[in-house]
Amino acid sequence: MINIKEYRCDFCTACVTVCPPDCIEVREASIKIDNDTCIDCNLCTYVCPIEVLSPDEE
Amino acid sequence: MKNNYDIVVVGGGPGGSMAALHSAKGGANVCLLEKTRDIGYPVRCGEAMGEWAIKQFFEPKQSWIAADIKRSRIVAPNGIPIDIPFNKEQAYVLNRRVFDYDLSLMASKEGADVFTKCYVKSIDRNDENGYDVHLDYLGEHKSIKTKLIIGADGIESRIGRWAGIKTQINMRDMESCIQYSVGNIEVDSNRIDMYVGDNWAPGGYLWVFPKGDGAANIGLGIGSKYNRKKSAKKYLDEFIENKYPEATIHTTMCGGVPCSKPMAHPICDNVMLVGDAAHFINPITGGGIAAAMKSGMFAGQVGSEAIIANDYSQNFLKKYISLCQKDFTKRHEKIYKVKETITKLTDDEMNQMALKINELPPHKITLGKVFTTAIMKKPSLIIDVMKMFAGF
Repeated sequence: MINIKEYRCDFCTACVTVCPPDCIEVREASIKIDNDTCIDCNLCTYVCPIEVLSPDEE
Repeated sequence: MKNNYDIVVVGGGPGGSMAALHSAKGGANVCLLEKTRDIGYPVRCGEAMGEWAIKQFFEPKQSWIAADIKRSRIVAPNGIPIDIPFNKEQAYVLNRRVFDYDLSLMASKEGADVFTKCYVKSIDRNDENGYDVHLDYLGEHKSIKTKLIIGADGIESRIGRWAGIKTQINMRDMESCIQYSVGNIEVDSNRIDMYVGDNWAPGGYLWVFPKGDGAANIGLGIGSKYNRKKSAKKYLDEFIENKYPEATIHTTMCGGVPCSKPMAHPICDNVMLVGDAAHFINPITGGGIAAAMKSGMFAGQVGSEAIIANDYSQNFLKKYISLCQKDFTKRHEKIYKVKETITKLTDDEMNQMALKINELPPHKITLGKVFTTAIMKKPSLIIDVMKMFAGF
């Protein structure tokens, strides 16, 4: 699981670019992660320039 | 919107508009699909471009240009500036909002249909040797039949991924970037500044590109392995606080830049990728406007020829690859090698270089000289570096 601070997001798609299973969808002003296909690799959290994404620690 | 187009171009940046323009020019029935409501906005770019690079395509309009750049300054990690005047070459900081918009107007003038708020959801091979493009246009589902898709959909490059082209980027080559458009600062409006070193921007650089009237684009890119520990935003906020505490922030934009080698095979049957989607980016400067426009132009030309020949096979489309190679991909591959050398320089080495360079008489300081000092151990790279910077 990845936590998303949606209102912080700039929808730049850096996360989409590095996501191995292609489970992130970014549109004009929305970001969604499909938790069924997410593999918890956390690559998206490493690349996000403004700390929108973080691993869910639970 | 028709149900059938010879060519569908996905993405309305400079690469997409050039692809649509040249597809239409070649006689193809083409549409350009942009997912946001505005072509040219949001801007995700430092907006600098070499004069010669733009003049390959068009005589620049005054409204495209925010600032004329006549010199550059590289600031070493310890704060020592190296000032480098441009000799013959000149550069611009563009207004991408106006520039991108105008390019799309040119495409439509040539006959391309342009649609905004048009989000491509998936693509499917159909039984007519082409693709069905499924999209959401203003909240309604639509499908378009097409023979050729030109993916100009930027770094995310989902078109390429769906078509089976390997588009994923090695994290090692990924730069995390953020930029503020600021006002209320004092800068030389004819000079671009670049800060290097681990303090400012580890594994990348920080830029101050003036936009006239006390405004500038201030941004940075850092290697993703550094971003993981401390975000690009934190680095930029610290810089602004230290150097330009009075600055007001008018736009925040961010993005990822793949500073990788260009994609070796950005095509497959019925699909071509252009610009960022094909990783056509100068791996050192991160600049991609010129390569996007060039590849868009080539893709449009080859695409319209494919329509006339009624052949959309990879074998026909490979002409696109050789056109790109001759023009810029080979150069980008060399630059990538240079990048690998430069990123190994430590802050101390860069500081020493700055001292040495500043001992030279001012008229002898050129960008080439800076990099000759940088890569003295590998003299064969000098020529590549000079060529690269001549091309911005």
